[in-house]
Order: sequence, then structure tokens, then C-alpha cells
Amino acid sequence: MADPQNILNMRGITKSFPGVLALENVDFSLRKGEVHALIGENGAGKSTLIKVLTGVEPPDEGSIELDGKLIQVRSPQHSQELGISTVYQEINLCTNISVAENILLGYEPHRFGSIDWKKLNILACQALKKLDIDIDVTQPLGNFSVAIQQMVAIARSLEVASAKILILDEPTSSLDINETNRLFDVIRKLKGEGIGIIFITHFLDQVYQITDRITVLRNGRLVGTYHTASLPRVELIGKMLGRSLTELDEVSKAKLMGEHKKDRQRLVEAKGLGLKGSIEPIDFELSTNEVVGIAGLLGSGRTEMANLIFGIDTPDTGSLTIRGEKITRFSPLESLENGIALCPEDRKAEGIVGDLTIRENIILALQARYGWFKFLTTQKQYEVSQKYIELLGIVTPSPDQLVKNLSGGNQQKVILARWLATDPQVLILDEPTRGIDVGAKAEIQKLVLELAEEGKSILFISSELDEVLRTSHRIVVLRDRKKAAEYSSDVNGQTIIQTMAGIS
Amino acid sequence: MAQRIKFFLINNGPLLTTITIFVLVYFAGGRLYPAMQKPQVFFNLFINTASLLIVSIGMTFVIITKGIDLSVAGMIALTSAASAALLVKGISPVIVMPLMLLMGIAFGIAMGSIIQYLKVEPFIVTLMGLFFARGMAYIITLSSLTIKDPVYRYLALTKVHIPFFEKAYVYIPSLIGPLLLVVVIYLANFTRFGRTVYAIGNNEQSALLMGLPVARTKITVYAFGGFCSALAGIVFSISLLSGYGGYAPGMELDAIASVVIGGTMLTGGVGNVIGTLFGVLINGTIVSILQFNGTLSSWWTRIGVGALTLIFIGIQSLFYMKKKN
Repeated sequence: MADPQNILNMRGITKSFPGVLALENVDFSLRKGEVHALIGENGAGKSTLIKVLTGVEPPDEGSIELDGKLIQVRSPQHSQELGISTVYQEINLCTNISVAENILLGYEPHRFGSIDWKKLNILACQALKKLDIDIDVTQPLGNFSVAIQQMVAIARSLEVASAKILILDEPTSSLDINETNRLFDVIRKLKGEGIGIIFITHFLDQVYQITDRITVLRNGRLVGTYHTASLPRVELIGKMLGRSLTELDEVSKAKLMGEHKKDRQRLVEAKGLGLKGSIEPIDFELSTNEVVGIAGLLGSGRTEMANLIFGIDTPDTGSLTIRGEKITRFSPLESLENGIALCPEDRKAEGIVGDLTIRENIILALQARYGWFKFLTTQKQYEVSQKYIELLGIVTPSPDQLVKNLSGGNQQKVILARWLATDPQVLILDEPTRGIDVGAKAEIQKLVLELAEEGKSILFISSELDEVLRTSHRIVVLRDRKKAAEYSSDVNGQTIIQTMAGIS
Repeated sequence: MAQRIKFFLINNGPLLTTITIFVLVYFAGGRLYPAMQKPQVFFNLFINTASLLIVSIGMTFVIITKGIDLSVAGMIALTSAASAALLVKGISPVIVMPLMLLMGIAFGIAMGSIIQYLKVEPFIVTLMGLFFARGMAYIITLSSLTIKDPVYRYLALTKVHIPFFEKAYVYIPSLIGPLLLVVVIYLANFTRFGRTVYAIGNNEQSALLMGLPVARTKITVYAFGGFCSALAGIVFSISLLSGYGGYAPGMELDAIASVVIGGTMLTGGVGNVIGTLFGVLINGTIVSILQFNGTLSSWWTRIGVGALTLIFIGIQSLFYMKKKN
């Protein structure tokens, strides 16, 4: 039964938190030299399983076997000592000290009682060379890109912990395509050395690109473990969702309904709008009942465009007209008064206030609009937040839940609710579905189309082409901070990819 | 090469700025008051700032961990009062001095432990430490106690001549700060303890996940701070040959200002003690200039130091922003 190739066997893992059964009788195994994707929607139990494995949370039931020996992981430090290392999305290193120290501090070589810097730097260089990285290890870590920092984190876990198991938790979400490929090269290399890698991601493309097996979790239960090569993508999504893709179909249907609207009124019109160093002059318009998608690679100027329209940045050329009136003062406050709202890309840094409740988060923008001195009664606040909790299907026991306790998808919905509560006419959504699971994505896409149906205008920015295609009535493609083309919604994906890549 | 120089400038920008400002201020003083050009005036800086330098060195470590220690001046007063009281009773300085240092360390450990294990803000804990220490000092003696101990008198009055500079001298206690500085440069750059201090200041959570001894290091930093305060207290009582609860009023703030002028960031993780030395010297130079002028109120020192601190925080922000880009 037990595969001798397995370095890790987790059996019958059960873990419950007050009111939630996070994991129920889950089995998971990892072989030597394999890349194993751990897949599931938010709340499926991926993080809990990892927390159990890394000693953050003790399991209620079940056993963990490492190299054929039963183990009990007492703490994250202990898991490192056992050879289980984790590289998180937010890198857990110190940016102020040198790369070499980040790799070896705590295990640094000594000479006559003091740190042997020469040897330390040489060892660090060697550690990075193993990952085919050649950088100046004496520089502070903060001088390097996130991608390099991630490699440094991997190097630390290999050097210091001599990791047998490497857990990569959403490692690629802040990397661009080149950096991702570089990471994948490293992963392949480690795989060749017999290290077992658990790869957690939302990008299904990458799952097919790099992994050998896939374990799917849903609602805290194991759906199954499959060979990547023999599991078609549609089936994988089906297994993740536990239902067919009817929701995605509904998205398409909602969109078709919107197509027939003819009496669109032009709301926003940009003529030659641009800002040096941000985005080159661009023509663009947005009408009622319409979703306009913005497609483009990272760095193509998507967010910059949103920032100009919302008035975060002031353009130095061109004009912006809203409802026929030319905008002269560019500021977010002005935009809010003009009925424009922006959901920013980075919800943790720019949107959500985790330590406030759902109700407080939803009320924020509404309160700002009313002015700080006009009091919104608590009852009114509850009414508004309850309305949006129901409307958007935010999964929570009460409006008084702290937002940081919600899953990514639900947090995103709370931000949406915040802006919807102000009843904007124009809604700019910058990566509204980033880092949330497929089911929640479909829900948000559907919601976007329903809002357009009601007459709102939506600017939908996303790095996922499928999503832009599915959701938008018109698609603007950006390349190198310029508008490359504009397409109607019946364009095929291949054309857009070619435009994005600059192949005509 | 050009790249390396650029990195060097960016990585060491605040320190270089501090040194430049010290040189400028000192030369400006020398131009205005030619008497300031005498070497002795420069060495007087070390005599006058002997205890400020010592507490500022301890404070630098504390601030690098993103903490603060407001108790230092209270500790100086308590040490001076307690040692004077013990010496008056005829107890040997050989016992009194180590005892005072142990008291400082214990005091630091207590504050550090409360900060670390009870998760109380360093600001609050050390403010209470300040109240406690100064209060205890007044309980020991309400008036100034004169120290007549021969060892203290010897230490206070013996001049140490500076090689290569004719007639220039400092007193024995003035040497303690520079010696401590050498030890601390070693600690900061060549020991795991020192590097862990920097790591904690940058991101305590990361340091913890890297498996570094966060709790032990933080408590050690406060213990070292307490040690420095007690040492500064001994130096203070030697130079004034007395002990009193009202000594060194507000010196915690002078120390913080010197550390900040020295390029250490209150946001943690960045800074070094060489900068602190120059921060202290700038403080001392401004005092000297005012003394040479003779007509200006000595409170201009505070205003000068305040303005400089503000400028420095501005410069740090600029460097920080530049680095982020």
C-alpha cells in the first residue's frame, strides 16, 4: 500500500476550528522528485493542510509519516529541522541584511568567534549557483526583485534546512512570465535532485506546465489525486468546483443579453489622454450598459490607465470628458463625485482594512461620500451591509465578522460592495479576481455583467485573457504602455494574444 | 564599478550625510570662533559627551530592533544616586561599580521581558522604567550626595594625554565611550547576535520564521541598553563626583536625537553606531559653538538639535523612497 518512493505520507488528517470542519480525513502523499500540485477553491483546506504539515496547527486526528517514520511537527522551526521548508507568497526574509546573510544567518560560518564573512559569502554564492543564479550576495536583499528574493528564500531552505520537501505557496502570483519560467527552471532542477515539491497555485496553466500529480481538495475533503498528464483541464475544474461549469455558461448568457442593448449612452470619453512615463496618449470611450475589458501583459499600462481615469494621476496631455463635461481637476474625490469608483489591484495594500468588520469596510466609501460629520445610524449601516452580503453572496456568519478572517474571494466581494454602496455609475475593476478561486471568479464575472445590465459602465482590467473575453463587450488591448488595438467581443483569443505580443 | 559605487552611496547615504554635516558644522564653528580650531576643543567634545555617547550606543541597538528606551536618563540618575549613597557608606568602588552594572542589566532584562512576553509597547514599558528609576533615585536621596571616594576622585581628575597632540588631553571616563564603540561595532557586524538585531528590526515575523532567536536577542538588546545606562551613570557620577535624582534631565531624548541624526531609522533595521558617534559629536559641537559665542541662550542647543533631527528624518525618508524605487 505504501509506495516506497513516497517521502511523505499524510493519512486521515482531520482538523476543525470553532464552527468549521477545515479538513476531514484527508490523505496526501508526496514522492521523491515530484512536483505535486495542491489545488482547490479558497476554503477547500489547502492552507490548513499546509499548516498541519508545517507545524503551525496540530491536527486533531491523523498521522504524518516522513521517510517512513511517524513524526509530530511541533512548530514551524521544527518542521524546518525535519526538512520541510515553505516559501510563502509574501517572502519571509529580511530585506535590510545581505543576500548571503538571508541564506545562512543562524548557521553562518565562524572564525575565531566572529562571523567569517568571506566564507559566508562564498557559501551563499555556491548555494545560489546551484539554482543558476549569479548575483552580488553582499548587497542587501531589498535591492533585488521579488523573483530573486524568492530564489534566495528557496536557497535558504535548501542550505539551512537541507530540505527534502519544499512547499511553494502561490509562488508565482507576483512574478512576470520570465521570472516564472526562471522559477520553473529551478523547480525542475530541484526535482532532478530528488526533492519533493508541493506547488500551490491558482494558475491552472502552470499546473499543467510543471506538475506531475495533482491533489484536489474541496470543502475540506479529498476529491482525489491524479496524474497531471491524464486529467484534462475541464475535468480538473469540474473536480475543483464539484459541479459542471454551468456558472461559466451563465456568465456567457448574461453577456449575450447585454449585447442586445442598443440604447447606450456615452459616459466617459478620453481623447489623447496620457502621462509621460506612465501611459502614452490613448483614445477610449465607455458607455452605459457596457463592460469594456482591458487586456495586456504585466507592465503594459493597465493599472496606469485606470489611475489616470480615476484621477489618481494627473494626465499631461489630452482630455477626459465625463457625461459631456470636461474634467479639469483630477483627484479621486472629484471622480467619486462624478460617480466613478475604482477597486484597486492590490486588495491587501490598497483596499481592505482587515481589522475592521465587513460592515465597517462596506460603509467606508459611503461614509466618505456623505462627509465625515453626517452620521450613518448603526441600523442603516447594518441594512446596507446586509443588502450587499446577500446581493454578492458574501459567505459570513454576520456583518460583524472581521474582514481578515474571510477568504480572498469574499474579501474581494467586500471591496466591490464598498463601491457599489456608493452607487457609482462607472466602476473600474483592476484585477478583481486575482488570487481567488474559479467558483468565486465566475460569480464575480457574472455580477459584473449583471451590473452592466442594470445600466452601469464597467472597466474590467484583468491579466487573464479568458476572463476578459468572457466578460467584456469590447476589449482594448494595451502593449508597451500604448493602446494596440480595440476589438469587439467576438474576437478570438489568439488574435488578442498576437496583439499583446506585438505579432500582427 | 560605477554600479558598486552607486550601491555604496545608497546603502550608506545617511551615514555619509551625518559625517559631512559634522565636518561642516565643526568647520563653520572654527571659522566663526578661531579658538575652536585648537585640538583640545575637539577632545573636549569627548569629555562633555562621555555619558551621552554611552547611552546613545545602547539606544542605537534598541532602535535598530524597532524599539525605544526612554528609561536611560532615569537609570543614569538612579545609578548616580545609588552609587553615591553606597560610597558614602564606605563601600568599596570595586563592589559598587559592578553592582551598578548588574542593576542596569537586570533592569534591562525586566523591561525587555515585559516587552517581549507581555507584548507591551516599548514606549510604555520604558516610560514606566523612567518613572520608576528616577523615582527610586529620589527615594535614595532628595539632595545631591557628594562622592569623596579616592578611586572616583582619581578617575575624575586624571588627565590622559593624547599622543601626537601636545597638551591635548581627556579624562579617563571619556575613553569608555570610544572603547564601547569598538566593542559594539564588532558585536553589530561580526556576531550572530548583531546580525539578528538587524533582521528583527526589518521584519520580526521573518526573523522568527528564519529560525533566529528573536526573544533572546530582543531581551539582550534591552539588557545591553540597561548596561549602557548604568555605565553612563557611573561615568556621570565620576565626572560630577556626586549623585542626585535630578541628573541628566531629558537625556533620553538627546540620545534618541543623536541616534536619529546618526542615520538610524526609527522604523527599525537600518543604522549603525558609527553614525551615532557622529550624531553625538554634532550635538556636542553645537554646544561648543554656543559656549564660544557666550551671548546666546544655551537653549539654542535644543533648537539646533531639534532642527537637525527633523532634517535628518526628512533625508532618511528620501533615501528610503529612493531605495524602494
